[in-house]
Amino acid sequence: MTEGFVAVINALPYMLKGSLVTIGVVFGAMGLGLSLGVPLAVGLVYGPGWLRKIIGFYVWFFRGVPLLVLLFLFYFGLFSWMGINFSAFSAGTIVLGLISAAYQSQIFRGAMLSLPEGQLKAARALGMSDVKAILFIILPQALRLSVPGWSNEYSIVLKDSAVTYALGVAEIMARTHFVASRTYQHLPLYIAAGMMYLLMTYIGVKGLRILEKNVRIPGYSY
Amino acid sequence: MARTDNNPVLKVENVRKSFGDKEILKGLSLSVKKGEVKVIIGPSGGGKSTLLQCINFLVVPDEGEVWLEGRKINYAKKRELYAYRQQVGMIFQDFNLFDHLTALENVQIGLVRVKKMDKVSAHERAAAELRRVGLAEHAGHYPAQLSGGQKQRVSIARALAMDPKVMLLDEPTSALDPELIGEVHAVIKDLVANGMTMLMATHQIGFASVLADEIIFMEDGCIVEQGPPTQILLNAQCTRTKEFCAKITHLSADS
Repeated sequence: MTEGFVAVINALPYMLKGSLVTIGVVFGAMGLGLSLGVPLAVGLVYGPGWLRKIIGFYVWFFRGVPLLVLLFLFYFGLFSWMGINFSAFSAGTIVLGLISAAYQSQIFRGAMLSLPEGQLKAARALGMSDVKAILFIILPQALRLSVPGWSNEYSIVLKDSAVTYALGVAEIMARTHFVASRTYQHLPLYIAAGMMYLLMTYIGVKGLRILEKNVRIPGYSY
Repeated sequence: MARTDNNPVLKVENVRKSFGDKEILKGLSLSVKKGEVKVIIGPSGGGKSTLLQCINFLVVPDEGEVWLEGRKINYAKKRELYAYRQQVGMIFQDFNLFDHLTALENVQIGLVRVKKMDKVSAHERAAAELRRVGLAEHAGHYPAQLSGGQKQRVSIARALAMDPKVMLLDEPTSALDPELIGEVHAVIKDLVANGMTMLMATHQIGFASVLADEIIFMEDGCIVEQGPPTQILLNAQCTRTKEFCAKITHLSADS
């Protein structure tokens, strides 16, 4: 028992450094997912038919293929075939970001579709172009409505980030596995790793809940 | 009420619109002169709302032409369409205020984002328009914090801030509690007194008869009859117009 405790204490600085890598992967992936997911959603809702088809294909592909397959496909396959030399960290972050973009596009799409049609009509009636109407009227409302769904997506991406271990990214899971295979203290070490993920989920979801409250439109209940 | 200019501000010619195989507008024409108020009445589903939305191309007509101050609008040209819409104020039945903006921001956003006015002047103008509709003290409130009547007055202020040449009002009081209708009617009356050119669809026949220079009775996508209020309401030529007016007058007498 004490041996296990000592192993965790000894490994903690090393594992905590891994949590920084995990945070890097998650922030990168969520950021990429956000910056791609919003235009994808706009294209899905307001784009011409051919664009909707292309985006539909993108979403279908990234939601349909398992994470591990995509990580290997891009890191060992596509990126090296294209002659791009990404680090495992970058490749893992990009792939998680591309997948998250597919899921996030559905979050934003749902939020946009839930807005009354009159919002766009009123914006157009003022002489706004569709681009301005989407930018100043639709997105500010849709993004507010998306925070709960986005919080859900955050917790999923956080957990998925552990799979980048398979590429050799030195995040929490990879480091825990490394220490465990040397000390044979699997149980306490993986409990510690699990607790780190739980704590990061708690902090992130809590933070997004505060954001949700802060951006809530006064007098509006949802 | 000065009636100086004889050329129509707004002219609509032979507008047709179908949704699927249901023809909503069957080749409608009308015109509104400067300072004139025309009121469209008629049963629901008769095409009033579609007509108003076709006029500023929120619904694209299948056929027909729209002219503003003698210029035919080519709505396929985006720039021309956006410039035209700025000059046509639209009031919706269900207000359509931007829910994430305060009353003041609702009025201001068109000035800043469309007219490219600087923030300070836009703020001043928006505040002035809110004062005009009697809502100066509600400038900081969000739509969800306003009553229906207040929301509609904000939406009128939003349209007025753009200095429209003509206003289209699509049943502006139909979604309101009876006791809130009066405050919106007062604002509209005030606009008419100041010479605003208007085309309004409404079921408020009493209000229409006081305000309108001409009443247009519309049914099944056609104009059945049009003329001064006294003629349409008291001495209609068509039996359908008579029937409708009798019913609707009876209703408003009840309430």
